[in-house]
Amino acid sequence: MNAMPAAQPDPMAPLRREWTRLTPAQRISRWLVWLVCAAAVLWAVRSIDIIPEFLEDAPEQMADLLVRMWPPDIAHYYPAVHEALIETLHIATLGTVFCFTLAVPLALLAARNICTIRPLNTLAQLGLVASRSVNSLVWALLFVAIFGPGAAAGVFAIAFRSVGFVGKLLSEALEETSHGPREALRASGASWGAEMLKGVWPQVQPAFWGIALFRWDINVRESAVLGLVGAGGIGLVLDDAINFFQWERVATVLLAILAVVLLAELVVTRIRARLI
Amino acid sequence: MSATMTATAPAAGLASALEIRGLVKEYVAGKPVLRGVDLAVPAEGITAIIGPSGTGKSTLIRCINRLVEPTRGSIKLHGEELTGLSGRGLRLARRRIGMVFQEYNLVERLSVMENVLSGRLGYVPLWRAWLRKYPQADIDRAFMLLDAVGLPEHATRRADALSGGQRQRVGIARALMQRPDILLADEPTSSLDPRTAVEVLELLTRLTAAEGVPVIINIHNVDLAKRYARRIVGMSGGSVIFDGPPEELETHHLRAIYGGEDWM
Repeated sequence: MNAMPAAQPDPMAPLRREWTRLTPAQRISRWLVWLVCAAAVLWAVRSIDIIPEFLEDAPEQMADLLVRMWPPDIAHYYPAVHEALIETLHIATLGTVFCFTLAVPLALLAARNICTIRPLNTLAQLGLVASRSVNSLVWALLFVAIFGPGAAAGVFAIAFRSVGFVGKLLSEALEETSHGPREALRASGASWGAEMLKGVWPQVQPAFWGIALFRWDINVRESAVLGLVGAGGIGLVLDDAINFFQWERVATVLLAILAVVLLAELVVTRIRARLI
Repeated sequence: MSATMTATAPAAGLASALEIRGLVKEYVAGKPVLRGVDLAVPAEGITAIIGPSGTGKSTLIRCINRLVEPTRGSIKLHGEELTGLSGRGLRLARRRIGMVFQEYNLVERLSVMENVLSGRLGYVPLWRAWLRKYPQADIDRAFMLLDAVGLPEHATRRADALSGGQRQRVGIARALMQRPDILLADEPTSSLDPRTAVEVLELLTRLTAAEGVPVIINIHNVDLAKRYARRIVGMSGGSVIFDGPPEELETHHLRAIYGGEDWM
């Protein structure tokens, strides 16, 4: 400490502290994650055999299809497409309503602050995951086998596919509720039902209606394809038109679906904005 | 209970509303937060519990209405043992115990009126609560209490539109809505500014005196405790180490309760 060396090293050096956001181990593991991602993409591209000739004339085919579709066969809209469209909306609506009768109990069981029995939480979550892991077309195939072809199979397919989605979001909303109000009501001698009704429901209400509308919106789109496997709705009309190469009719159906989806989106955003 | 500096025994003869004997609470087995608390709360007036954070004041209060499950000991409300109750018996006992919270714990998205009426949830059947068809007598009393806490024009406002002081007034009205035999207040003024804190305590004192409801209050502010309480209970390390009227609470007591003296 007494004599300064000639090369004038910084006297503050021992006091200077270094700061880095990540430790070396973290930095390496981040690089590894990127590497794995890149490798996965490369592997995917190599393993799906893209036939170059098909890729080459795809624009041509597309143009040909569009030409065949034009002009859309508007006359075909009423009554065939119209009625199928209405049926599609009914399937979506009934399916959404029915899904809630299953999703609400499951969500209550899955929410760890509502149901404190851990095995039940896990079981309910398992149920929700199972519902989500099966695509609605697959659900529809199952229910067509059970109920025969028609709208009933569609309603059940939509309901069972939605349970997982709605139940998960609902249970998350339940878990985010603050404990204080419930505690206050419990302290005043309220029953479990009253605690749920006045302490929990007001807290999840906006989320509940938001989820319901959002899922209905999705279900309108999903139920449009259910007809492809015979579960009713506009998909059936679409399937027929494609099978008979009636491309003008296909265009009509596609436009009708587009219009309904846009309309549903519009309505849902309007209502959601008012709810929250 | 090593060195209890009981200045005066709770006025003998006057029946106590609440009697706590040998209350022990261990959140983790072998690590008691409450180490055998004995306390008798008189049938009227405010009893203030003071003590450093983490000494078990809140736990003590929550053991009374069983929001926290006591490990051992006895708690009697007007002679009725509370510790063994469960299910319906517990709910009936809780109806008689009002509670006011530090964070108010109102249901934010409900109106002030509904928050006050929710103090009756232990009494009204579920369908009435669901349809909001509370008995007229309850509605009358709710309006009366809203007048009393000075919020008559706020009945239809949503609770989340109120200020902290207003929310705590609603909290007091909700607790009194139960027509409780005793009122527990857990740090009711700690989230409020000094002036509002005094106003809220003033209100709490006045209304509970008018209804003849004894109050147990956890409070950090020793001056406020001395000003409003008829009796002070000093806790430290999970035990009661002072129990007496505010006049008898002296510096050496405070030193024993909070430790050190630099803060005084």
